[in-house]
Amino acid sequence: MNHFLTIDGVSRVELEGLLDDADEFVDVLHRPIPKVPALRGKTVATMFFEPSTRTKMSFEKAAKALSADTMSFSPGTSSLSKGESLKDTVLTVKAMGTDAMVVRHQSIGAPWRIAEWIQQPVVNGGDGAHQHPTQALLDALTIRQHFGSLDGLKIGIVGDIRHSRVARSDTQAFARLGADVTMVAPRTLLPVDPTVFPAEVSEDLDEVLGDFDVVYVLRVQAERGGASLFPSLPEYTARYGITKERFARLDPDAIVMHPGPMNRGVEIEGAVADDPRALILDQVFNGVAVRMAVLFRLLGGEHDG
Amino acid sequence: MARVMDGNDLERAIRRIAHEILEQNRGTSDIGLLGIQTRGVPLAERLAMVLESIEGSPVEWGSLDIGMYRDDLDRRPKTELGETSVPFGVDGRTVILVDDVLYTGRTVRAALDALADLGRPSRVQLAVLVDRGHRELPIRPDYIGKNVPTSRTERVSVRLVERDGEDAVIIEAGAGT
Repeated sequence: MNHFLTIDGVSRVELEGLLDDADEFVDVLHRPIPKVPALRGKTVATMFFEPSTRTKMSFEKAAKALSADTMSFSPGTSSLSKGESLKDTVLTVKAMGTDAMVVRHQSIGAPWRIAEWIQQPVVNGGDGAHQHPTQALLDALTIRQHFGSLDGLKIGIVGDIRHSRVARSDTQAFARLGADVTMVAPRTLLPVDPTVFPAEVSEDLDEVLGDFDVVYVLRVQAERGGASLFPSLPEYTARYGITKERFARLDPDAIVMHPGPMNRGVEIEGAVADDPRALILDQVFNGVAVRMAVLFRLLGGEHDG
Repeated sequence: MARVMDGNDLERAIRRIAHEILEQNRGTSDIGLLGIQTRGVPLAERLAMVLESIEGSPVEWGSLDIGMYRDDLDRRPKTELGETSVPFGVDGRTVILVDDVLYTGRTVRAALDALADLGRPSRVQLAVLVDRGHRELPIRPDYIGKNVPTSRTERVSVRLVERDGEDAVIIEAGAGT
């Protein structure tokens, strides 16, 4: 593995290997001194061309828990605002000395392009509505911790699937790990061609709700044009929101997940988000562990080729 | 290729190490065995079973993976991490690290770092099935199953029933000889 850009094409064995390593890093993070020397002397640059707090902090915490140094780049304060090209920005940071780059960009494919310009490993921290592979890992880890395995689980992904890189990466990862995935959304928020996803499709949440072991709630993404594709937020909540009333109709062993940041009262009711069966903060914690596993896999060993 | 130990030799070596551990330590109540992944783990379990059969009470044991602590990560092929499972408190205990082959000592150095992150044992001892020499660090085992003089080009492989289907220690000529 030279880069970690997408879940597409990653085998089940490779996914499980990363999750197994992540389990070990979960143990490290629970220790009194949650730090190991594995990547001492390495530098990880976080290059977030699109605003993000949690993913960037999570990668930085992961790098530091592996004893790597971190450098960060934020577009608001950078020379991008002075007109510097993406390539010049990347080569400048590379020249400062970095052993890996974590890239988030609003444009699909940007991390691949950057991987062509530098020799160091690139991790995709989210590109447009395309891929967010470490999110898929942390979600798979959270489900595996809870149920022991994803094999045969029924997972419903509810919400703005069309604009969601999380839905794309998660659907691929969950299906590859043996789960049955159903995408639930109004037609305007389903993928243009749902057949490319390894998942069933439903437009009626109430019809399929009771089948799910996991309800994965997506954020309504107003900033990606999501809100213009349904009549109103209250109507969205009425048909697709995970309300207390819908939560009560779930299987008693089912869990609720959300990638954050949440719009409480829109796609998920506050009381549901705060229920012990909502594993949202476990997802956040596991995010650090899976990012440690990815950075360790990319940097903790000789490079392939 | 030479077989330097077979199943009976292995069993006798483990039994002798167990008796030496009992001589060096008063009883087994303060002892915890930690097998270094991968082949140190079944050896630690076997030692714990032998100690229990001699003493009549269970002996704590667990596993330690040193993948996050190596100083030669850049020079080794990538491997997945093994499980670190330490089902006993390390603080104040006599921890006996168990490994199959002692060679340069770098694995043991890494294991000592890994152990220090888990707590502060009162004493740390080292038990190895085979000492093949060529130390690169000031590390010395407390218990040795067998001293096997080797050249650096040779490969020593320990085979264990739990992982490899048989018990044996084999020396193979390495590449370039």
